[in-house]
Amino acid sequence: MVISKAIRDQIEAENANYPRARGGLLAALHRVQREYGAITPEHATALAPIFDMTAVEVLAVVSFYDMLSSQPAGRHQVRVCTNLSCSLAGAREFLREIENHLGITRGETSADGRITLGHEACLGACANAPMMRVDDRYYEDLDTESARQVLDALD
Amino acid sequence: MQKAPHVTDYLTRHCADDEYGCLRGFEAQGGYRAAHTALREMTPQKILDEVRQAGLQGRGGAGFCAGLKWSFMPAPEQQPSYLVCNADESEPGSFKDRLLLERAPHQLLEGILLAARAIGAQKSFIYIRGEYAEAARVMQRAVDEAHAKGYLGDDVMGSGFSHDVVVVRGAGSYICGEETALLESLEGKRGHPRVKPPFPAQRGAFDRPSTVNNVETLCHVPHIIGRGAAWFRSTGTEKSPGTTLFGVSGHVVRPGLFELPLGTPLDEIIFEHAGGVADGRKVKGVIPGGLSMPILPAGELDVAMANEFLQEKGSALGTGGIIVMDDRTCMVRTACVISEFYRAESCGQCGPCREGTAWINDIVTRVERGTGTAEDLELLVDICDGMEGQTICAFADAAAWPVRALLKHFYADFERHVREGVCSFSGSFQL
Ligand SMILES: Cc1cc2nc3c(=O)[nH]c(=O)nc-3n(C[C@H](O)[C@H](O)[C@H](O)COP(=O)(O)O)c2cc1C
Ligand code: SF4
Ligand code: FES
Repeated sequence: MVISKAIRDQIEAENANYPRARGGLLAALHRVQREYGAITPEHATALAPIFDMTAVEVLAVVSFYDMLSSQPAGRHQVRVCTNLSCSLAGAREFLREIENHLGITRGETSADGRITLGHEACLGACANAPMMRVDDRYYEDLDTESARQVLDALD
Repeated sequence: MQKAPHVTDYLTRHCADDEYGCLRGFEAQGGYRAAHTALREMTPQKILDEVRQAGLQGRGGAGFCAGLKWSFMPAPEQQPSYLVCNADESEPGSFKDRLLLERAPHQLLEGILLAARAIGAQKSFIYIRGEYAEAARVMQRAVDEAHAKGYLGDDVMGSGFSHDVVVVRGAGSYICGEETALLESLEGKRGHPRVKPPFPAQRGAFDRPSTVNNVETLCHVPHIIGRGAAWFRSTGTEKSPGTTLFGVSGHVVRPGLFELPLGTPLDEIIFEHAGGVADGRKVKGVIPGGLSMPILPAGELDVAMANEFLQEKGSALGTGGIIVMDDRTCMVRTACVISEFYRAESCGQCGPCREGTAWINDIVTRVERGTGTAEDLELLVDICDGMEGQTICAFADAAAWPVRALLKHFYADFERHVREGVCSFSGSFQL
């Protein structure tokens, strides 16, 4: 099965929180992406009947949200905030140094499949810039050296 | 975890204390006392009246009177109806709701209980932006704790009132902070703002009457119910009572959060509380309320931070996110950063917004690179004219205002780029 029974059960349980099952769609998409790395057309096809949708409709939702992806990416998502407060604190120069360190530019995945690098709009850490999000964790008050240590420690 | 504020008051006094994040620690500081009393002894109408008399203004950006908004909800017989807590905080320069979610989750739950009781909602949804994974974890833990203790679920605190709270995660989209886009997203759809009317109180989440309130707005409620409207009105200004959480970022010595009365002068916040501009430099401009609010030039910082005073200066309080820029900052580059953001985040439903945000970004980028012309600067103003008030939601206005204000106050920066063909602000940040 493209989506395991266990995951499917978790999805159904979450859906019960909402007056209509579809309220649970974002939670389901987060779950599938965490488990399988992406929400591929096959996953969308498997999910669609649970939400009384078509696979195309599911993928249309996926494409709207920055954190969801229909294509597999690196094992870790690294995002540097480059909005105004962070830019004032040197985030754009910081991002360039991260690019140099990893040998990739924003939007790319490292050759070993370890890291996908990107930049992101404000993450609510404006007083502690430069900052980056690695998957579900924030790292704040960074400099190039401390950021390198975090990145090099990723598996 | 978000750092505790430099200056605290009733909302954030205990936020540095880790114990405050769990139910026992919260109750040790008097938490849930207002709910205990109000749910058993006050009618829903009485709770609503108290909040209305307190004059609590929404803290999510628009500043709408909370009690008045609640009064738009239909009679409680019309079940189900919902309370939706807007925890999407993504206005650039704002980071206060993150603190309240991560460090005071039960204060928010108590506010939700009281608000839900007042409007007769049997269920609440807390919609947390997807990137705030930590906040979602903390809130879910708090909800579970409250359930176990009988503070959520059937017959809350023995009052006969039943209430459930669902923690929902967004998935990365600025526009989902706009309340009707949020409702769409909550229903598992793309976050496209709805045409209003109908307003959420008529048809909100899942087609049912709903009230949408910001995290901070709801966090003030237990304090108002616990100590009364008159007490709440003793801080802040006549029209804008209470404290708020100002977030200061950019070129200051001590960036961070500051809980201060509404009406505190902007220059006092920057120079006294946030320690002034770093490296002994001077202020060039300050955005007073999150990225969407029009910038104020250095000469206009003696303004009380409340909507009635900021509006006289052509700006507004927004989310209270104060972004300080020193005298090295290139305002054309600033316009590039701002317009890049709105271009990326427009949901694309309305032509003036979808096209206008892209045009603005193309033009200011051209001006920054030195290939812009004098006509380009006029064109920018025309584009702003064509965007404001012409669209489904206020995003297009929020995208046009900052550009218009940058041109108004820092026209010389733009002219200089056109004339000299290069950026001559050597100390400014790079793009
Ligand atoms: C483009 C746009 C983005 C918004 N983002 C947020 C947000 O992230 N958080 C928030 O509370 N309100 C946001 N708002 C305001 C909401 O639409 C709504 O007014 C608010 O949640 C109401 O709560 P309040 O009355 O308690 O302030 C946004 C509005 C617009 C137009
Ligand atoms: S104004 Fe912009 S963001 Fe708002 S609905 Fe229209 S296109 Fe979408
Ligand atoms: S501007 Fe970078 S976290 Fe807010």
